[in-house]
Amino acid sequence: MLVEEIMKTEVKTLSPTATIADALKLLREEPIRHIPIINKDNQVIGIVSDRDVRDASPSIFDDGSNQHQLNKEIQSIMSHPVITVHPLDFVEEVARIFYDETFACLPVVSNNTLAGVITEKEMLYTLIQLTGTNVQSSQIEIKVPHRPGILPEVAAVFGHRKTNITSVLMYPYNDDPNYKILVFRIQTMNPVPLIQDLRDAGYELMWPNNIAEPKV
Amino acid sequence: MTCQSSFIYADDYLTYHFHSDHPFNQQRVSLTKDLLEASHLLSAQDIKGPRIATEDEIALFHAPDYIQAVKKAGHGHLSEEEGLEHGFGTEDTPMFANMHEASSQLVGGTLTAVDEVLQGKSDHALNLGGGLHHGFKRKASGFCIYNDGAIAIKYIREKYDLKVLYVDTDAHHGDGVQWAFYDDPRVCTLSIHETGRYLFPGTGNISERGIKEGHGYSFNIPIDAFTEDESFLSVYESSIRKVAAFFQPDVILTQNGADAHVFDPLTHLCTTAAAFERIPLIAHELAHQYCNGRWIALGGGGYDMWRVVPRAWGQIWSVMKTGDIQKASLPDKWLSKWQTESPVELPITWEDPRNIVPNIPRKDDITEKNEKVLQSAMKYAQDRSANM
Repeated sequence: MLVEEIMKTEVKTLSPTATIADALKLLREEPIRHIPIINKDNQVIGIVSDRDVRDASPSIFDDGSNQHQLNKEIQSIMSHPVITVHPLDFVEEVARIFYDETFACLPVVSNNTLAGVITEKEMLYTLIQLTGTNVQSSQIEIKVPHRPGILPEVAAVFGHRKTNITSVLMYPYNDDPNYKILVFRIQTMNPVPLIQDLRDAGYELMWPNNIAEPKV
Repeated sequence: MTCQSSFIYADDYLTYHFHSDHPFNQQRVSLTKDLLEASHLLSAQDIKGPRIATEDEIALFHAPDYIQAVKKAGHGHLSEEEGLEHGFGTEDTPMFANMHEASSQLVGGTLTAVDEVLQGKSDHALNLGGGLHHGFKRKASGFCIYNDGAIAIKYIREKYDLKVLYVDTDAHHGDGVQWAFYDDPRVCTLSIHETGRYLFPGTGNISERGIKEGHGYSFNIPIDAFTEDESFLSVYESSIRKVAAFFQPDVILTQNGADAHVFDPLTHLCTTAAAFERIPLIAHELAHQYCNGRWIALGGGGYDMWRVVPRAWGQIWSVMKTGDIQKASLPDKWLSKWQTESPVELPITWEDPRNIVPNIPRKDDITEKNEKVLQSAMKYAQDRSANM
């Protein structure tokens, strides 16, 4: 999946000469936590987070004598240079940047100009879609030896029953490199014949289908 | 307490039949009726034949082009491709002869039950042929073609203008009915089901609470695989009481799927007959507390047709008719009649022995988790009468 498929394209931005008060107002009014700072040519020259802006704002206990600080230009507190990503980058790579750098938002830049932003929120939504249900289905998890050809072997069991697979995930089995867990979401309310087929074929099923008695 | 009750039934319910190996088998309804007759709980005066729902009535919920497709499919005029578009022709919901007619009768049965109660002829009515909660506006799914519960609620809203509480204790999420009234604050849905993490259809998360004006009128309690009686009943009793107090319904419609039982082959829940005693008892009590007795109960899932469904559904009628549940031995007449046909040994009492439930190592964790789910799901169910 590419960044351009999940990025947000309607982006709230500020110019470098906008004030800290402008940024504070924008963060209060919009459901956002980051503001890219762009120049006249729509190029990203910095970014501020809600924490940057709060750090630069007077305390709520302040008596008002420091309010003038809010009139300072935003470029005085923005972070730069900015790490950006490209619309054709992979979502997985962006997840890696989020994880390594503990960022929560990255501007997406194409032809040197701002094309969108991608945040943790979009990333998590993508993950929910990958693992969750957007069509009615049942989930079956199977522990298999990690060797070539295993996925089509298991998938063929579903094919023989003419059962549609709506999503497939594969993840490691604890720390054992010899096994993988295959997760299938299949479009049926009655997985019983399939579970039996999988058992007959010698596959090991995971919770909650690993308890054979008295449940089938 | 003796209430006037109607049992909606016709032998023709058996025509809703996919094929002989399919887990959904309406013989469950006749087995239940037979058990009740052998127990001297059901007589000819109690039984009322279902009417056939009209196309206009079905169209209260379903799209006209979908109804036409069902009609064509039942007469062999629908291509495989057109079928799949509408959700049939799959292993779950294959096409079968006269499926429109058979489905219209199940819907008609539920509408007959509604009219019996809301025209004041009965306090309660039971249509075990209904409860097909997975049917969508223009799509069949999960063994369900027409969603009789959703049609009945639309019918109640239109014809009687009453506030409806729908309570679904099937092990699968009552998705079709929930989505049908997701934006309607006059219809409150409560579904208690095995979590969609593994089980069909996958929805029914706590966070599904309704939208627009209907926000706060959909309640979902997804419980863990291997939940047993105690935790199931604690969650059921607590939620239905809170939701009824919050919503103050005019009429209660229950979907009584019997597939949360430990013997059920399709689900991972581990309840016993004890759960299916409390379910109708509490629904009955609340119907009298809030709705002047108005309670319509439907069937639903339940795929251990011999050992589980007749007893579970029999108790609903027992509660409607006598105000209490049945105990001790099942009638010999019923046992001797059906044991020869049953591939499994039939239970001999209404109750289940404790030892049918496997030892679940994580029972305490499961109970704790279900309790947390309940608290979170009930966040918006504030008792209105208490605040007045």
